[in-house]
Amino acid sequence: MVQINQKITVAFNVNGGDVEIDVTPETALVDMLRDGLLLKGAKRSCDMQVCGACTVLVDGLPVSACTVPAFEVRGKSVTTIEGVAADDRMAGLTDAFIDNAAIQCGFCTPGMVLAAKSLLDRNPHPSEDEIKDYMRGNICRCTGYKKIVEAIQEAAQKAVQG
Amino acid sequence: MRPFRLYEPTTINETVATLSELGDDGKLYAGGTELLLAMKTGLLQYDGLVNVKTVPELEGVSYSNGTLTIGARATHSTVEHSADVLAHAPLIASVEHRVANVRVRNVGTVVGNLCFAEPHSDPGALLLLYEAEVDIASPSGTRSVSVEQLVVGPYETSLAGDELVTRVRVPLLPNGMRGAYLKFGYHHRPTLGVGAAVSVTDGKFLDVRLTLGSAPPKPTRMRDAEAVLRGAAVDDPAVAIEAGRIAAEGCDAIDDLHGSAEYKRHLVQVFVQRALAEAVERGVK
Repeated sequence: MVQINQKITVAFNVNGGDVEIDVTPETALVDMLRDGLLLKGAKRSCDMQVCGACTVLVDGLPVSACTVPAFEVRGKSVTTIEGVAADDRMAGLTDAFIDNAAIQCGFCTPGMVLAAKSLLDRNPHPSEDEIKDYMRGNICRCTGYKKIVEAIQEAAQKAVQG
Repeated sequence: MRPFRLYEPTTINETVATLSELGDDGKLYAGGTELLLAMKTGLLQYDGLVNVKTVPELEGVSYSNGTLTIGARATHSTVEHSADVLAHAPLIASVEHRVANVRVRNVGTVVGNLCFAEPHSDPGALLLLYEAEVDIASPSGTRSVSVEQLVVGPYETSLAGDELVTRVRVPLLPNGMRGAYLKFGYHHRPTLGVGAAVSVTDGKFLDVRLTLGSAPPKPTRMRDAEAVLRGAAVDDPAVAIEAGRIAAEGCDAIDDLHGSAEYKRHLVQVFVQRALAEAVERGVK
C-alpha cells in the first residue's frame, strides 16, 4: 500500500529572489506560482501544453507551467512575466509589444513575451521565419500574430541600436 | 489530479526495484508531457511515480562507432541541439525540431515518447528508419529489442511493468544511404509521417527503407513497398507510384480525429512518393 500523503519542499529562485514552499507531488507549477506565491501572470488555459498561456521560463527555457510539476523547479530559476515587468533591461521588449499594439485581450501576452524573451536570449537577430517557427506554440486568438512578430522584430532591432 | 507519491531513485537498480515493488500502482515518470495529461483527465491513475530524472546514468546523448545513444533522460531539445546528432544524423535533429512546440521539447523525452506509444507521434517512425534498438533494465537483468518490437500498439509496448528503457541506440544509416522524413497534419499532432531511406547505384535503388507513423496504430515498416523498389530504376515515376499504392493498401490506417482511414491512405500514397523523391535528391547531392 502506497503512502500517498507526501509533502515536497521546493526551494528555488523566482524572478531573482529565493523562495521555499511546500507542495504535494501532483501540484502543477502554475498553481504553485499563482496560489502559493500570488504570481498571477501565468494563466491556465488549454491545460495541455498547446496554447502557451501558462509559459514561464525555467533556467531560461520556456515550459508549460500547467503540466510541469512544481517539484521540477527545485534548485532552479523561474522567470515569470512579473519578473520581466520589474526588469528595466526588458523594457525594450515589453514596450515593443505595446507600441506595435501586439496585445488585444492580453490573455496570451505573458506567455508571448516570455517565449519572445527566450528566443531573443538565444538568437538576438532572428529572421521572420525563425520568429514564426519559435513562436508557433503560443496561440493568440485576437491579433492574428502579425503585430506580435513585428513587435519581436522591433525589440531585436532596437536592442542592436542600443 | 489525483494525489500520487513521488519516488526519486538515484541508480538504475534502485529504479527497477521501486517499479517492481509498486507493481500496477506505479509508473515511470520522465518528462511527463504525455503521462501527466492522461493522469489529469483520470484516464490513467497511479499511486506512485518513479522519477528517472534523478538517475544520472540515464542522462545524455553520445556518439561512438557509428551509433548515437540517447539516454532515457534526454529531452527532445537536448537531441535537437546535440552537436553529435547535428554532425552525424541531421535528419534526426530536424525531425526533433518539429516535435510539438518548444515548451514540450524542453521537457518531454525521446525515450518517454517511445514508451508512451502515442500513435500520433514522429520519433517512433523516424527511429524505425534507422533500425534503432532500446536497452532495457529490470530486476532480473538487461535485454535489448528493436523499436519495432518495443511498440506493439496504441499506448502499448512489449515492456513488463518492472522494466525500464535505459537508452535508445541509433545506428547511422549505412554508407551511401540517405534519409528523408515528411510529416503532414493540422494543429499540434501529425496526421501522418513518412520516412524514406535509399541508396542508389547505376540509377537503380540498391536498398530502401520506408516507415510510416501516425496514420496506423503504431509506427510501421512498409516492407512490401520497399520490395518493389529494390533494383528498380530511380527515374521511373511508375515505380514510386506503385510503391505508394502498395504502402497505402497495406497500411493499417485508422479513422480518428486526424482524418478517415480513406483520407490517410490517400496521403500515404502521395507522401511515400514525395519522401522517396526527397531521399533520392539528398543522395544525389
